[in-house]
Amino acid sequence: MFARFFVFFFTLLSAGLSWAGPEIQHWTTDNKARVYFVPAPELPMVDISVVFDAGAARDAEQPGKAKMTAAMLDEGTDSMNADDIASAFANVGAKFGASSERDMAVFSLRTLTEKQAFEQAIDTYTKVLSKPAFPQSAFDRIQQTLLTGLQAENQSPQAIATRSFYENLYDQHPYSVMPAGNADSVQQLTPADLQAFYDRYYVSSNAVVVIVGALDRKQAEAVASRLTSGLATGKPAETLPEVKPMQQSQLINKSFPSTQTTIVMGQTGISRDDPDYFPLYVGNHILGGSGLVSQLSDELREKRGLTYGVYSYFKPMQQKGPYQFALQTRNEKAQEALTVLKNTLKKFIETGPTEAELTAAKQNITGGFALRVDSNSKIADYLAMIGFYDLPLDYLDSFNDKVEAVTVADIKQAFERRVNAETMLTVLVGGETTETE
Amino acid sequence: MLKLKNLAWLALLLPGIVQAQVSEFELDNGLKLIVKEDHRAPVVVSQIWYKVGSSYEYNGITGISHVLEHMMFKGTENLEPNEFSQIIARNGGEQNAFTGRDYTAYFQKLHKDRLEVSFKHEADRMRNLIIEPAELLKERDVVAEERRMRTEDNPQSLLREHFNAAAFMSSPYDHPIIGWMSDIQHYEADDLREWYQMWYAPNNATVVVAGDVEPKAVLELAKQYFGPLKPEIIAELKPRVEVAQRGIREIKVKAPAELPYLMMGWKVPGVTTVAEKNSWEPYALEVLAGILDGGNSARFAKELVREQQVATSIGAGNSLFSRLKDLFLVAGTPANGKTVDDLEVAVREQLERLKQTPVSSEELDRVKAQVVAETVYEKDSVFYQAMQIGMLETIGLDWMVGEQYVDNIKAVTAEQVQAVANKYFVDDSLTIAELVPLPLDGSRPVSNAGDAHVR
Repeated sequence: MFARFFVFFFTLLSAGLSWAGPEIQHWTTDNKARVYFVPAPELPMVDISVVFDAGAARDAEQPGKAKMTAAMLDEGTDSMNADDIASAFANVGAKFGASSERDMAVFSLRTLTEKQAFEQAIDTYTKVLSKPAFPQSAFDRIQQTLLTGLQAENQSPQAIATRSFYENLYDQHPYSVMPAGNADSVQQLTPADLQAFYDRYYVSSNAVVVIVGALDRKQAEAVASRLTSGLATGKPAETLPEVKPMQQSQLINKSFPSTQTTIVMGQTGISRDDPDYFPLYVGNHILGGSGLVSQLSDELREKRGLTYGVYSYFKPMQQKGPYQFALQTRNEKAQEALTVLKNTLKKFIETGPTEAELTAAKQNITGGFALRVDSNSKIADYLAMIGFYDLPLDYLDSFNDKVEAVTVADIKQAFERRVNAETMLTVLVGGETTETE
Repeated sequence: MLKLKNLAWLALLLPGIVQAQVSEFELDNGLKLIVKEDHRAPVVVSQIWYKVGSSYEYNGITGISHVLEHMMFKGTENLEPNEFSQIIARNGGEQNAFTGRDYTAYFQKLHKDRLEVSFKHEADRMRNLIIEPAELLKERDVVAEERRMRTEDNPQSLLREHFNAAAFMSSPYDHPIIGWMSDIQHYEADDLREWYQMWYAPNNATVVVAGDVEPKAVLELAKQYFGPLKPEIIAELKPRVEVAQRGIREIKVKAPAELPYLMMGWKVPGVTTVAEKNSWEPYALEVLAGILDGGNSARFAKELVREQQVATSIGAGNSLFSRLKDLFLVAGTPANGKTVDDLEVAVREQLERLKQTPVSSEELDRVKAQVVAETVYEKDSVFYQAMQIGMLETIGLDWMVGEQYVDNIKAVTAEQVQAVANKYFVDDSLTIAELVPLPLDGSRPVSNAGDAHVR
């Protein structure tokens, strides 16, 4: 009785859930930077991100270069050293962050909009973005920090498995490079390498500016112009080469002194503009993308107690990102877990989801829409994605409709065409795995 | 050039944004309800906090609060195992739970129209849980996997666990939240039922709702679903006061790893444990933590990482809000070519300086500016706002203590920072732990041998 009542309850309310997403304002600065703005006047603060197409996919023959360039920006400008920069942000309570993955290099600022704090934060942020000096002493130290980070990776089975997965999945493609690079390459980098990388990719026509906060349009326009004014206009980054699909299955065992075996399995997946995005996204939500209620979690955790968590996800990138499955289980159960994982995937490809599963997934995704845009920081993340991948401005507004339009047949066909359970790359990192193989 | 002369502008900024709209209610059965309005988006966060966690446990059943948290998803008199999660998912919700030393909490994030779903099923599982032995056996395995992932195969977590066991003797903060592996593998259904009976009742719970809601409507909904639940007699906790430490404690932990790691912890009072006349001390320690580790311009980053290059990364943390007496922690990784001993010497020099010389007004202003800004930033997260209220109430403080945080920090003087440095950073209450890396050559780890005995 209890449960049935709630099914009814949901149906009744679902029509009332059409809360529109934030209204996105978009323009291009004089020097070709693309700007995405959502005013949020409620709190006296602003979140800003400047995103460059300058991730590790641009490392060419020097893995680690993109990441180190990003890490060096707040280590010194032509007029400030690292201490000056850190104080200038901290003294007004502003927070600066830099990160660099395969596609994006992201520089974020969170500051109060109170005039004095705002001016000082924006002034410093602008200098960091447009006048980095790559000083040798800071370079030497950051180089050591990156090398220590690589050492830390060697004591993490998950990090080892992820590295092996990307290297083998992407082979000669730029995505095979880990953003952290490798010790040999990082040791050989020079400040001149970073300066050259900066000069090529940190240019306004290769930049997206995201602003969410208590500014009006005029103020936002002024900030966007100011942030990018010191950048050369330059050229957008080159189109990345297409990803070649794997031709055959591959199994990699790595011995590691851990009580668990980390399993990472997958193949190449989809790009951000893939026409199959929605059927694959909704289908994977059912298979392994919805946490405790996914099919994989049910099979591996709920029914068998084999793992604390298992997931699968498509990581859409400029070119085809991975479709990845991952879990950890005690060493002696690694083979069993892998078998259950593969069988669940195979069954899903063969039979697709049930109508009931699809309905539940749609209810979860569309009913949770408001949660995904309920804070400035979440909206800013979406704007960065929309801007960087050049998605339509109504991406958020039309998201629920596109999810609703997916049918069981769409999912089944898309998985049959796009996911091949017979050509999987599987990486196992753990204790006794090699002995039982 | 980039220094602010005073904080006048920050004081002007504060009124108007810190005045949160919070309503507080108590039902006849003792359930506490706190509602915080935030109308920026049509969402609601609902959290239910129980006064129970690993510090309520004793040896032999360590981790039982955490495994009970897992079992709370395994069915009631009205729901099948995992059905709770399915219902929340169908309603477009996100949900989970977490267990700490001093609390166990469950939460849902939902569209504002769906709060009823949360209340209905949280009320159900507060009193009607079913512990099936077969489900428990599976969940013991799941939690054992969780422990392997979080602790057994993570050298820094292993160090932290041994460190706590060395730092605390009679305090229940000596054991890990997730429990010792041997205890995890021996819970029986009756152990869980007893624990559930003892702590899961309306008069041992606080419901916190934050988001686009009207307090009166939330109260009515709470009365409807939680109102009929019967209260329990909740046992009074034994004080379990930590015995006074009589001298420095130093331990080494060997584990397969690449990098050494240093942890140092001094016993300090928090807001709940400080003597009333010294109520400023925890806040002075909080400022002291900000002086050492308040971002990239603080002393640790500036001097230990950038100038002396003795640490790759290093952090400091105060324990302001713990139910029992806790630790001020410093932990870090030595830089390439430096040892744990080098890092310890450098940390001690930093503390010595805090004892000898008052911190500058610029540094003090910087810490205070960051705290003020952070209180604005925190308001971007509805979840965090609810979290703060629930945590404070559950360790026995009024949620208003959170609202007074900024004022208490702003009142701290350089002399007070110096005073707490001298009073608390003494070797007699210090515990030091060093991670000694063992080779990662794939040979059988030490921990596997221990594991085999408990299966």
